[in-house]
Amino acid sequence: MSINHHLDDATIFSYVAGALPQGMALVVACHLSMCDTCRSRLRAPEAVGGALLESLSPDRINDDALEQVLDRLDEPDSTSVSSAAEVMPVQSSEVPQPLASLIGNSLDDLEWKRMVPGICYIDLPSGPQGVTKLLRVAPGGVVLPHTHRGNELTLLLRGSLSDEIGRFQRGDVSDLDDQVEHQPLADSREGCICLVATDAPIRFTTLLGRLVQPLTGF
Amino acid sequence: MENTPPGDDVDNLAFLSKQHAEEFEHMSWTQLLAQLGVSKDRKVYIQLFRHFAPRVKAYIRRLGVLESVADELTQETMLSVWRKAHMFNPEKAAASTWIFTLARNQSIDWMRKQKYPEYSYEEVFHDAEESATEGTPDIDQGLVTDRVMTAINTLPENQAQVLYMSFFEGRSHAEISSRLDIPLGSVKSRIRLACEKLKQHWRGEA
Ligand SMILES: [Zn+2]
Repeated sequence: MSINHHLDDATIFSYVAGALPQGMALVVACHLSMCDTCRSRLRAPEAVGGALLESLSPDRINDDALEQVLDRLDEPDSTSVSSAAEVMPVQSSEVPQPLASLIGNSLDDLEWKRMVPGICYIDLPSGPQGVTKLLRVAPGGVVLPHTHRGNELTLLLRGSLSDEIGRFQRGDVSDLDDQVEHQPLADSREGCICLVATDAPIRFTTLLGRLVQPLTGF
Repeated sequence: MENTPPGDDVDNLAFLSKQHAEEFEHMSWTQLLAQLGVSKDRKVYIQLFRHFAPRVKAYIRRLGVLESVADELTQETMLSVWRKAHMFNPEKAAASTWIFTLARNQSIDWMRKQKYPEYSYEEVFHDAEESATEGTPDIDQGLVTDRVMTAINTLPENQAQVLYMSFFEGRSHAEISSRLDIPLGSVKSRIRLACEKLKQHWRGEA
């Protein structure tokens, strides 16, 4: 798969540190499942985690902790379902594995809700701040111009989307923050489906946008 | 004079464990973990446990977890070291790096009561060309860890601060921004600068 738009270094770093809000971590995990380039970019920050772990002064461990663990080594692995999934090749599906565990393997037959004309959505689990949504934008549909108070991560799963930065297709990720104002447009005949996560409310920059903001849930 | 059979020696367990430590002395933690993946040898596991469990607990405690819970999460992490050791690849990561990610997932899943989204591992295995994109020369991963530690110690204070807040406190960009009272853009550029420097050392260019 040819992917042209990747994650920001700062996003990858915080993902590895375990510091990314839940919804953004979901978008990152989905992009990583599709992108060899970004997966290889995990290795340096992961080595930072290893070095930090090694540098910590050892905490006190109860004397019987080792024995308790040794007693459990032969226990059947209660997490074996997920560990089996980890070693089994996943069938290529349109839905990346981390998202498939939430919505299943198909983007069709989902229960979409209408947000505004031309845009439907499905809410996904999010952190305390911001939102995580699957969006379906009708062909030619536009998202009203907006800036961000925080980060906005968008992963294209079907169709394509264009904005001031470029054209985004399946696998591409748009990783933006409050430095950017943009107006995404679904520019292909089939429209597009994308996974979006924010960590703060976005800010619509037009009067109409501000009027409809309460309706959009962003 | 009493003649105690070796098997009845109360110090036997401690003695054996010391003997094992000597037996494995010439091996790095990364080599030991790789061996565990192949042999599932309890003697090897005990050595790894003694070294890593106290550090895993220290990491989990720094995330702000109560001691009793930290003990439990440490045990779960060390149990997953045993269960997943066959998936460890010593050419891609040091033992400490791999165990860090296990400890991170274990503690975040507990703190958030939601599973921290993980990318699908199996595709990593299918990707033989990965190292072509960005990799370290074929050297011992323990040395890579040392180089990265050197890099961390030479970071300017404001970059080291965002690094520690991310890794040891699990704080997001937004949280760091409000804690330090600096714009989101500054948080991210400090992280990016730190990444750049760390990557250079990690590749062995610095
Ligand atoms: Zn990428």
